[in-house]
Amino acid sequence: MTADNLGGWPDPQPRMGFFTDTSVCIGCKACEVACKEWNAVPDDGFELLGHSYDNTGGLSANSWRHVAFIEQPVPTDVLAEAEAGPGDMRWLMMSNVCKHCTHAGCLDVCPTGSLFRTEFGTVVVQEDICNGCGYCIPACPYGVIDQRKDDGRAWKCTLCYDRVGDGLTPACAQACPTRSIQFGEVGELRERAAARVEALHGQGVGEARLYGHDPDDGVGGNGAFFLLLDEPEVYGLPPDPIVPTRDLPAMWRRAGLAGLAMAAAVVVSFLGGRP
Amino acid sequence: MKERAMVPEADFRSYYGRPVVRPPVWRHDIAAYLFTGGLAAGSALLAAGGDATGRPALRRAGRTTALGALIASTYFLINDLGRPSRFHHMLRVAKPTSPMSTGTWILSAFGGAAGAAAVAEAAPLLPGPLRRPVTVLGTAGQYGAAALAPALATYTAVLLADTATPSWHAAYPDLPLIFAGSALASGAGVGLIAAPPAQTGPARRMAVLGAALELYGAHRVETSKGILSEPYTTGRAGRLLRAGRTLTALGVAGALLGRRSRVVSALSGASLLAAALATRFGIFDGGVASAKDPRYTIVPQRERLAGSSG
Repeated sequence: MTADNLGGWPDPQPRMGFFTDTSVCIGCKACEVACKEWNAVPDDGFELLGHSYDNTGGLSANSWRHVAFIEQPVPTDVLAEAEAGPGDMRWLMMSNVCKHCTHAGCLDVCPTGSLFRTEFGTVVVQEDICNGCGYCIPACPYGVIDQRKDDGRAWKCTLCYDRVGDGLTPACAQACPTRSIQFGEVGELRERAAARVEALHGQGVGEARLYGHDPDDGVGGNGAFFLLLDEPEVYGLPPDPIVPTRDLPAMWRRAGLAGLAMAAAVVVSFLGGRP
Repeated sequence: MKERAMVPEADFRSYYGRPVVRPPVWRHDIAAYLFTGGLAAGSALLAAGGDATGRPALRRAGRTTALGALIASTYFLINDLGRPSRFHHMLRVAKPTSPMSTGTWILSAFGGAAGAAAVAEAAPLLPGPLRRPVTVLGTAGQYGAAALAPALATYTAVLLADTATPSWHAAYPDLPLIFAGSALASGAGVGLIAAPPAQTGPARRMAVLGAALELYGAHRVETSKGILSEPYTTGRAGRLLRAGRTLTALGVAGALLGRRSRVVSALSGASLLAAALATRFGIFDGGVASAKDPRYTIVPQRERLAGSSG
């Protein structure tokens, strides 16, 4: 049970999130489909990208789950490879989603109050408030939230706020056939993830690592975090994300200094001589 | 013996070269607003200084330009919204963590003050009993607008920097200097265009000081941010910032050497305004370019991680 009441709710619920274990993802994209079905998300075009089996490309206003496909050589040690010849190829598959950050850049910068923190600790856009200012979009260190072009507003994963409020599992996790996407209380998921990565290390999968689970990282940890089998950037994730507003006090100090310089320059200009 | 394609060591890895962070969806309305917002701030300071030191031409030009630039700013800001009809949702909350919310309130307060100051320029046309109160209100508005002007000119730097857009965020210590300098130079430009040479002494000094801040800040972002300086020196952003620097130099030279000539002064003023416009668009485009290339997100983060673990 995570007691962090991020939204300051009078009746906070346990913080809910996803643990996405990419080591058991089979790339079926049931999560992408279930998300679109449940949330009535429009199509995102029908492009053929030539990126393995990925024709979605990435998270966007119209893709709230995205399955990444990476084709790469199986990592082996150099001596084994010298003996046995080049190793097999492997496919990495990973269902990406909004991270529902503890310190959410999108939420911090939203000037209308459209983005808010739910009682479950998730971050949700209120579509009746959003005026499409677009500030949340460059503020996300993961490039998740996006503007829907024909609509003007910002959209992203709600962690199925409507379902979770009724005690249901989010559509993507419900549809996942391999339990790659696990939904639950964040504290409990973190324990489960730690146990899983330990088990994989025990089975010789040394490259297994967790991403976004650490409450001390640059965004205070994610509500939706991952088990990966390679570096985060290989999956299109930032290796060391930091919420932009962390530096906001320093930014205002610099702006204040520049503003003072400006006022001083005007005073000097007008009192500095004749005519 | 096996053959194996050896690919040179890549300096970073990415997902099919796709961007990690999302480039801003803001159109050039926002770059234009950076200019008009700075112009409004610089003009408001020019008006206050001109009025306080008995230079009516500076007061008049400053007040009217501030209002004009403010109206243009409002247009650009609303036009850029995905849902322009909901512009007033900005006024639902005052949110210190959002520079856009802070800026909305600065701009709103500035707008009221600058509007009162500009309207007061029409006081002589009003019936007798109204003239005095309108003039007093205008003077109060003028000084109110001038007091808010530094905030109006510099909050936009925080607005851009408070994003994950790599080259904007990395430039946060220096962007406010550029924007403050550019706003001063714009205000000076208005004075040089609109006032007779006898009244433009302060505008010339403002031009020099503004240009110095602007050039120093631009030099810092172009040279001190490692690879995050690159987007400011290459492509369209690089061309715009170089043009801005040249136009600033021309404007300052004209302002200093053309003291006696109305025509040279006005041309210098125009050059300073064009410089401010080019600089703002250059800073805007540099940030957008840095978000489109995953290199600028991944490499600095990797270096940070290597630095903290090693």
